[in-house]
Amino acid sequence: MWRHCLVSGIAVWLAGTLPAGAFIAYVSNEKSNTISVIDTDKWAVIKTIKVGQRPRGIEFTRDGKFVLVAVGDDDTIQMIDTATQEVADTLPSGPDPELFVQDEAGKILYVANENDNTVTIVDIEKRARVGDVQVGVEPEGMAISPDGRFLINTSETTNMAHFIDTAARQIVASVLVDARPRFAQFKRDGSELWVSSEIGGTVAIIDPAKHTVTTKITFDIPGLRKEAIQPVGINITADGKTGFVALGPANRVAVVDAASHRVTKYLLVGQRVWHMAFTPDEKFLLVTNGVSNDVSVIDVAALKVIKTIQVGELPWGITIAKQ
Amino acid sequence: MIRLIVGVVVGLSVLVTTAFAADPVEIGIGYINRAGVKPTLSLVEQPAANDGVAGARLAIEDNNTTGKFLNQHFTLDELRLRPGDDAAKAAVALADRHDFIIADLPADALLKAADAVRDRGTVLLNAGAIDDRLREEDCRANVIHAAPTRSMLADGLAQYLVWKQWKRWMMVVGSREEDKLYAEALRRAATRFGAKIVQERIFEDTGGARRTDSGVTLIQRQMPVFTQQAPAYDVLVTADENEVFASYLPYRTWDPRPVAGSAGLVPKSWDAAQDQWGAVQMQNRFLKLNSRRMTALDMQAWTAARMIGEAVSRVNSSDHKTVLDFLKGPDFSIAAFKGQRLTLRAWNLQLRQPILLVDGRMVVSVSPQEGFLHQVSELDTLGVDRPESRCKLP
Repeated sequence: MWRHCLVSGIAVWLAGTLPAGAFIAYVSNEKSNTISVIDTDKWAVIKTIKVGQRPRGIEFTRDGKFVLVAVGDDDTIQMIDTATQEVADTLPSGPDPELFVQDEAGKILYVANENDNTVTIVDIEKRARVGDVQVGVEPEGMAISPDGRFLINTSETTNMAHFIDTAARQIVASVLVDARPRFAQFKRDGSELWVSSEIGGTVAIIDPAKHTVTTKITFDIPGLRKEAIQPVGINITADGKTGFVALGPANRVAVVDAASHRVTKYLLVGQRVWHMAFTPDEKFLLVTNGVSNDVSVIDVAALKVIKTIQVGELPWGITIAKQ
Repeated sequence: MIRLIVGVVVGLSVLVTTAFAADPVEIGIGYINRAGVKPTLSLVEQPAANDGVAGARLAIEDNNTTGKFLNQHFTLDELRLRPGDDAAKAAVALADRHDFIIADLPADALLKAADAVRDRGTVLLNAGAIDDRLREEDCRANVIHAAPTRSMLADGLAQYLVWKQWKRWMMVVGSREEDKLYAEALRRAATRFGAKIVQERIFEDTGGARRTDSGVTLIQRQMPVFTQQAPAYDVLVTADENEVFASYLPYRTWDPRPVAGSAGLVPKSWDAAQDQWGAVQMQNRFLKLNSRRMTALDMQAWTAARMIGEAVSRVNSSDHKTVLDFLKGPDFSIAAFKGQRLTLRAWNLQLRQPILLVDGRMVVSVSPQEGFLHQVSELDTLGVDRPESRCKLP
């Protein structure tokens, strides 16, 4: 019996510390104007790349050849070559790009331009701007429906999630949510759209077919004032069962039962937790902590924070892919 | 058949879509402001003629961008008083056309205006008056306050000075009525947060020009003398709301000490240097529209007009009773680029808000400071709290 316990104990311990496989994470540091590159085998920063002013939104291209990073104060999106790990090119994004999303084929990039109430459409291969859509005040969150038909953009001061028909490039519906919507995320099966409202303190669950809010996730942390709970980043597991919501200055990530939309656990991470990314095998969730200048690693199965990695100043966005 | 069509139309109207057949819901907002602009000691701080109303105009644009998707349309009806004009009459004239009026008026004029339109149900949004009495013994059920109070400003400053361990204050108070009120708020703040006023001096307003050709030479001789022979102190706190002397004190005190209050480190609801929490977009929009930078009064007027826009978008109605009920209710909150939601104090209709501490170039800090705790909202550590309030609303 003892032996059994000991063996399984070691197994658990090993599972917790074994390498995650060869993944690489790129973290945008808003204040340092750098990207920290993290090796998930070592859980360590292996390189720091200098980029333009105020890097925020960050994503691998679908082919994995580039990491795109929105450098808002330079009014452009830089392309980091993942082979050389250096800035290789730029995309014409429109003024003050913050978040963006690619279509399934990785050909078209949709960019939220906070300064002029537009979503800019960019052909990635041609490096050319091919269109604009007028949206609400301060566009921010961007998502694309799994079937590719609808682009979602949230506008922070208009407090809406706009449904944009990707073929017609026109808004077909706008759904009112709580104050300052920051981020939008579909369930993989397209059945639900989640939108976080930073100042409202809720996550709206939207029926993408009916364009209505069906319910809202609310957060209640003993000992914390309501004003401190500010949901931003959202990640949902591929099976659609579990959602993670970063709660900003509440310094916690909420674990949400994605069927009942109830919070099952709060994980204490660093200060002002912002955006998150799964490793491709979904074993780990990495989250950026802006004020404490680090990245927390969450073990998704155990729902535990297992590591903290120091990065640059004010880490904001994160993207992870295979090496 | 007709019934069926009605049913379909009602069903569709629940959806927020961009294709509208009907005329938009029109919401007119009145804006009334005081006559004249007060002169400042610093030329760069001289307010523009459209100080305040420029913020309301931007909020109307923001409301209309949202309104485009909700089939709501907002307009601003501006009325500037001339010297000698009666605020009550002007408010009644605006109330004939609008249910909501944003007011930038001195305390007495605001009360007259509010009482003159009370019976018709018109709501005033106070964007300019910081007097505590408007939220206390003189509070009104038809006045919502977007401007902070003197006590909120004083508390915001005091929390930072105490956090900084600058607890011994030397205070210089102007001789005008508003200066005495500000000094009273600063004394209260010192007592609440554990600072000590080691000495108070009065700076008499003897009149005199704010612009002269050899002013600096004279001021440089006067100010060190005025501040000499003070007991040991950490910071010079000034109360000078009429721009008579405070801005002359930084770098000219007898002892090398920082200045705060009406000059130096100043507590404000907003500043052109505020760039956190998405404020850059707001500052850029304002600059583009008005070709100048955004002041605290602009922000207070923006917030007032956005509060109406926010409530109208939530209740999807222009009926002022419905809108007012929502504003006063538990579900109302507004995002105003200050890092957290702003809500109304139910007992006196004062908007809770963080206070920025600015030096004219940078935001030095934002209060409430860490560690000043409250059982309801940390924002209620700023200003007169519910148990002390003398406001009794019906």
